[in-house]
Amino acid sequence: MLNSVQLYPEKSNDELLSLLKEMWTIRFFDEKVDEFFAKGMIHGTTHLCVGQEVTATGPCAVIKEEDKITSTHRGHGHCIAKGADINRMMAELFGRSTGYCKGKGGSMHIADVEKGNLGANGIVGGGIPLATGAALTSKMKQKDEVILSYFGDGAANEGSFHESLNIASIWNLPVIFICENNQYGMSGSVKEMVNIEHIADRATAYGIPGKVVDGNDLIEVMNETHEAVKHARDGKGPVLIEAKTYRWKGHSKSDARKYRTREEEQAWKEADGIKRFRDLLISEEIVTEEAADNLRKEAKQEVEDAVKYAEDSPEPSIDTLMEDVYA
Amino acid sequence: MRELTYVEALREMMSQEMRENENVFLMGEDIGVYGGAFGVTRGMIEEFGPERVRNTPISEAGITGSAIGSALTGMQPIVELQFSDFITIAMDQLANQAAKLRYMYGGKGNVPMVLRTPAGSGTGAAAQHSQSLEAWVAHIPGLKVVQPSTAYDAKGLLKAAIDDPNPVIFYEHKLLYKTSSEDVPEEPYSIPLGQADVKREGEDVTIIATTVMVHRALEAAKSLAEEGISVEVIDPRSIVPLDEETIIQSVIKTNRVVVAHEAVKRGGYGGEIASMITESEAFDFLDAPVKRLGASPVPVPYNPELEKAMTPQTEDLIRAVKDTLNRE
Ligand SMILES: Cc1ncc(C[n+]2csc(CCOP(=O)(O)OP(=O)(O)O)c2C)c(N)n1
Ligand SMILES: [Mg+2]
Repeated sequence: MLNSVQLYPEKSNDELLSLLKEMWTIRFFDEKVDEFFAKGMIHGTTHLCVGQEVTATGPCAVIKEEDKITSTHRGHGHCIAKGADINRMMAELFGRSTGYCKGKGGSMHIADVEKGNLGANGIVGGGIPLATGAALTSKMKQKDEVILSYFGDGAANEGSFHESLNIASIWNLPVIFICENNQYGMSGSVKEMVNIEHIADRATAYGIPGKVVDGNDLIEVMNETHEAVKHARDGKGPVLIEAKTYRWKGHSKSDARKYRTREEEQAWKEADGIKRFRDLLISEEIVTEEAADNLRKEAKQEVEDAVKYAEDSPEPSIDTLMEDVYA
Repeated sequence: MRELTYVEALREMMSQEMRENENVFLMGEDIGVYGGAFGVTRGMIEEFGPERVRNTPISEAGITGSAIGSALTGMQPIVELQFSDFITIAMDQLANQAAKLRYMYGGKGNVPMVLRTPAGSGTGAAAQHSQSLEAWVAHIPGLKVVQPSTAYDAKGLLKAAIDDPNPVIFYEHKLLYKTSSEDVPEEPYSIPLGQADVKREGEDVTIIATTVMVHRALEAAKSLAEEGISVEVIDPRSIVPLDEETIIQSVIKTNRVVVAHEAVKRGGYGGEIASMITESEAFDFLDAPVKRLGASPVPVPYNPELEKAMTPQTEDLIRAVKDTLNRE
């Protein structure tokens, strides 16, 4: 348990350590994917969430197993945070039959419906109405489930965002809209694309709470999400949370990053949320530096194992082409 | 003459037009310093500035709709939709607004805009970034639909599309962006919409193919020539308007026809072309049923082998030609 700060819900030391490890897993997973794309070992495209581990891990750490999420094109972190098996994720990126989508989806479409992950999404803003609908099911069936809908700052300019917030607000649906504001769409800066400082302020227009959080502060992200989840579970309707964060890498596989400066990137890297949480755990003597290093190595090794699993997995048979179009 | 890539041809035409005509401007996601997802607008914001190369929020309905509104009131916008799959989001504005305004208003007003957008599979971008949905827009009276298959055609058709007083959906193809033509004139030229191009002359079988399929048809024709089968390849270049006459005359000459596109076969535009042929005077000249090739009716899969298996490849075209000749 943490002493210097209050964390909701309270987490045991083991739980805190597993959150730290999870964030490393997310980082190493995406760094590995980056390497494979650079080498041309994976085809298609990918969007990496290196630098955004806290906003993936934090919200998922405060919900129950039966609660659900919708994710985005930048979804590997959300997927891992919702409990996915990284072996099957990596296999999907390799297009193998053991992948989450049997090799048919790739990076942008990984879903783990059994674990409550309703899927990454290739359509910006595409998941927000789906989350709203899942929250409608929860309400109509009195299931007490809460839905987290992850999306980016860019997605907040799609009609699907506005229409969903309105619907969720008039029907009091148990959905938490989590905007990972990483400052850019693909290249469009939030400063140019939005005429207000905080996207969370848009909540006012729908009569729901809007919160801004530091997306590199795991404690703050968890506390605010916890509060929002409680609000939603109590039948008080949706909440919009905006987490300020930054994607360290380019938008997708080829991006010269002309729309931002190297200095800006460096400043955000220094605010690394993983390091911050690790330092907190060390200062609270929950973990030693050495034990933390071991945890880090374990995470790295698990990603290597996932690569091996993927490489050893079979390609899908051509006969599967026509399967799964209809139920 | 000059060799130019498809991307360069498009960029050159837009730039030339923008230098000449102050009403022409661009709107789209990441078309500024990023240069567009496929680099088509690279360097243009540096020349024309952010007023005329307008980087937009991720709001396809809003971008497309505001282009239509500006076109209705005197501008000539060119919209870049990052992937043609996102036309779904812009569809109300295209189908219910742009296509119909003039007619509904009793012939008043017009919408001189171009919506450029890349379609097609083959890049591993999977189900939501690889579709060929041209039949959707072709079905809507009031929209024109263009599908250039070469850099040369891309430049000339884009000029015609910009000059056209109607909304034109201009489908580019991701796999063609880096291909080049050896003979692209520097000065602007226009290829009229509704004028097919005979990409290869032949006697035995006609293949009517669009966009990337034109190249596969040409490969098939080359390989079939070695077996003594002479194939004519026709690229309609625009499907609305469609150059029916060139197609009909070719079928009257060859008596056999294969229609091929990358879009899903069911409900694809190939069905329209095939029916047009059988309804025409070419019907009496047919010596074999019209053969259609299109993609399997599935979402585009990610795995490269599955993705390939879904869409007609050169070998499929070769087989189809032989089928019409009853040859093994
Ligand atoms: C409807 C739609 N429009 C455009 C795109 C192309 N695209 C993919 S990701 C992206 C940027 C999204 O920005 P944001 O929502 O902030 O998420 P981030 O990439 O920053 O995580 C764009 C424009 C898309 N996939 N879907
Ligand atoms: Mg963003």
